[in-house]
Amino acid sequence: MVTPTPPAASTPPAPGATLTPLEEELLRLAGSVPDPELPMVSLAELGVMRGLRLLGPGRVEVELTPTYTGCPALESMATDIERLLHDHGVPEVAVRTVLSPPWTTDAISAEGRRKLAESGIAPPAPLDATAGGPVPVALAVRCPHCGSTETELLSRFSSTACKALRRCAACGEPFDHFKEL
Amino acid sequence: MTAALALGDDALVLSHRLGEWAGQAPVLEEEVALANIALDLLGQARVLLSLAGDEDELAYLREERAFRNVQLVEQPNGDFARTIARQLYFSTYQELLYERLARGSGPFAPLAAKAVKEVAYHRDHAEHWTLRLGDGTDESHERMRHGLDALWRFTGELFEPVEGCEVEWSTLHDAWLTRITSVLERATLTVPEGPRRGGWAAGAGRQGIHSEPFGRMLAEMQHLHRSHPGATW
Repeated sequence: MVTPTPPAASTPPAPGATLTPLEEELLRLAGSVPDPELPMVSLAELGVMRGLRLLGPGRVEVELTPTYTGCPALESMATDIERLLHDHGVPEVAVRTVLSPPWTTDAISAEGRRKLAESGIAPPAPLDATAGGPVPVALAVRCPHCGSTETELLSRFSSTACKALRRCAACGEPFDHFKEL
Repeated sequence: MTAALALGDDALVLSHRLGEWAGQAPVLEEEVALANIALDLLGQARVLLSLAGDEDELAYLREERAFRNVQLVEQPNGDFARTIARQLYFSTYQELLYERLARGSGPFAPLAAKAVKEVAYHRDHAEHWTLRLGDGTDESHERMRHGLDALWRFTGELFEPVEGCEVEWSTLHDAWLTRITSVLERATLTVPEGPRRGGWAAGAGRQGIHSEPFGRMLAEMQHLHRSHPGATW
């Protein structure tokens, strides 16, 4: 179960909080779970793992942040993490969602971006390059199939909220673009 | 938590209205876009209503008079232009409101900081369609104008102060009007005239008074849960 957490009560782990070797190992395992909708990237590569704490023997709390507030994949991410940690001998796993600080596409790792592009999804541009907020992106989006920057927007929303639908003028192929957020 | 209900109900009710487009949108891309916007709003509603109580009980078991959404979001979809007019008015307001809440330290700051980025895409979507329809054919221009006019009287209520939101409402209103005016001018449309407050304007959704179509919407939204309490799938 994903435990809905009031935003005010969310306590993101302090950056650089020291993890025990066991916590590190469990966090690595939990982070290896593939994203349910973009299975080519892991949760760690997507940047949605916020932390993991051992609360007691066999009791673990995992903190996960949603990409979009309404992301329907969150439930199945939590279930997958629970199952994997159960299989590795942790009987009690609680997955908590945290909203603050908000997830941004900058949290996607370089390896994650490479895998997205390899699977035909144009990765998001770095946010500092999109001055004035996430929406008015004037930057050219490169076609993941042929590499051309001559691409056009077909729809601002595609198969999931996090993607836009574009078409390449050079090779004619449509493709998804992971929108900057 | 009056404010959590007010903001949560705005998101929930508009989400449901947008969801009614599923299977009926003019083109597939818009079908997907409206459903995605609805999903974003549903996610916001779940967080906000959870601040006020049990999200399912609040969504499915409250009577009409207990809902605190503005009347704008409960208005029927109408044609595509009217839906876009509703989107333009509301997403412009919601983005400005969330920007302000995100800067504060209140209970809504974490959600607002996250959701404002999603809402920026909703507003962008509404603006582009307003431009396309307004500056399109005679018919699209006329339909867009009609949608904007019909919903204008519901926009005054957006700026009624919500208890628990530390926001300067008059500057929020001014920023909203400036932005709407700019979009409508670029779309070769004019800002509607007519009252937005007083006897001929709408309002009081925040006090639980709703327009006639809202009851029917709620009946459809709640009937499964009420007919089969505790049903899961």
